[in-house]
Amino acid sequence: MRKYSGFALVREAMRAHKGWDRQWASPEPKPEYDVIIIGAGGHGLATAYYLAKEHGITNVAVLEKGWLGGGNTGRNTTIIRSNYLYDESAGLYDHAVKLWENLSQDLNYNVMYSPRGVMMLAHNVHDVQVFKRHIHANRLNGVDNEWLTPEAAKEYCPPLNISSTARYPVMGAALQRRGGTARHDAVAWGYARAASDRGVHIIQNCEVTGVRRGADGAVTGVETSRGFIGAKKVGVVAAGNTSVIMQMADVRMPLESFPLQALVSEPVKPCFPCVVMSNTVHAYISQSDKGELVIGAGTDQYTSYSQTGGLHIIQHTLDAICEMFPMFTRMRMLRSWGGIVDVTPDRSPIIAKTPVSGLYVNCGWGTGGFKATPGSGHVFAHTIANDNPHPINAGYTMERFKTGRLIDEAAAAAVAH
Amino acid sequence: MLLIHCPYCGEERPELEFRHAGEAHIARPENIAEISDEDFAHYFFYRDNPKGVTFERWRHMHGCGRFFNAVRDSVSDKFLTTYKAGEPKPDIADAANENQINTSKGQGAK
Repeated sequence: MRKYSGFALVREAMRAHKGWDRQWASPEPKPEYDVIIIGAGGHGLATAYYLAKEHGITNVAVLEKGWLGGGNTGRNTTIIRSNYLYDESAGLYDHAVKLWENLSQDLNYNVMYSPRGVMMLAHNVHDVQVFKRHIHANRLNGVDNEWLTPEAAKEYCPPLNISSTARYPVMGAALQRRGGTARHDAVAWGYARAASDRGVHIIQNCEVTGVRRGADGAVTGVETSRGFIGAKKVGVVAAGNTSVIMQMADVRMPLESFPLQALVSEPVKPCFPCVVMSNTVHAYISQSDKGELVIGAGTDQYTSYSQTGGLHIIQHTLDAICEMFPMFTRMRMLRSWGGIVDVTPDRSPIIAKTPVSGLYVNCGWGTGGFKATPGSGHVFAHTIANDNPHPINAGYTMERFKTGRLIDEAAAAAVAH
Repeated sequence: MLLIHCPYCGEERPELEFRHAGEAHIARPENIAEISDEDFAHYFFYRDNPKGVTFERWRHMHGCGRFFNAVRDSVSDKFLTTYKAGEPKPDIADAANENQINTSKGQGAK
């Protein structure tokens, strides 16, 4: 792999850009690998990358039924933060933020991580109490998070309407300055390029249609649209389709799949300095480097695999955006889309071994998996390589639904993350 | 937005009047204190989450207020049929036929 650098740009500029390599190879599948990862989204590609980099396991295939990064990795609103309530969550999400900070250098790929600050608005007394509790819990866990008065929030984000006559007045905000955004496609491409460089096979247009198991019940490989591919270890990182894949191995999951929508506006000049989230009125907004406002809506109420959702969900979100930021009331929206998110009962992921020997699962990221991409791949690679979880994901088992040791971010926030 | 046929009201109404209430035909064990933690987890937390035909509960919150069941295709989001709570699971083939008849009358879902 030829390194990307300022020098490389100048060199290629001098010779009509004829020296750039393809970013990743498209090899034919081998009959057998040491590890197969199902799903070439950010989490799956990151898993393959860290398997190769940290654990020296390079005989790895990442199978993708469509194109890499074409699922939820390419459909989310790219928010990164780690100010979750519980110790397990703080550990996992802050692990990811620490990896985000040097990810561009690590991958030699500009993922455009931009710690511009994530501000979560409080609109009622309950919000204020909950956010302050979060701030104290975060500080005990060494995660930065601070309380802002409405005036301070307005100073941090000038477009914000803090009028007391608003339907949902802003009573304050919690600000995580290390939070921000990254370029979602670049994350998938950067991991794909770096993994491919270390020998990982990324096989697109290869749909998994079955999981084959031996007489002892252990995994022996997967049936795909391009034939059988053997492996003693299979990691499922299939987001909304996790239940479908796991059913092929006769494993029932504590998951439900819902549509989650996002939309972008026409591009405008820089006008919005940070990320603002409002859980109460259900709106998430930031401005991309292209100039589009990137807006996240809520999930539909019914389970679905349709990758599309109801228009009234988007309308509800835009109502809230226009109320909080009156300057956007005449903005035109350009595109909207839906992704299918797999939601666990406690709204925390499952990164664990399964009852089937050799089968591992990384799922249940629900509405907020993008922020965890590097950390998720890192600890999942550790879990697969050692057949044992990393201390950070030790609590993220499926058994927690049996023992009752939940990581109940659902109760903590009661909304999407 | 979905259009949902409430079997009690006998009308198709917009989704906003309804509340989705999870997978249908999950019976609460009658000896709930005696079952194992494993069985409880499967009753309480684990779901089939099928891609394709799904049986689910809805509640007509802003109408008659009653729970009923529906058969829906979770890929197309089209309803195959709805039926009253307590009625047995309908035969899916029958439901699909009924839906075709409905569609020909211009009453198809969504």
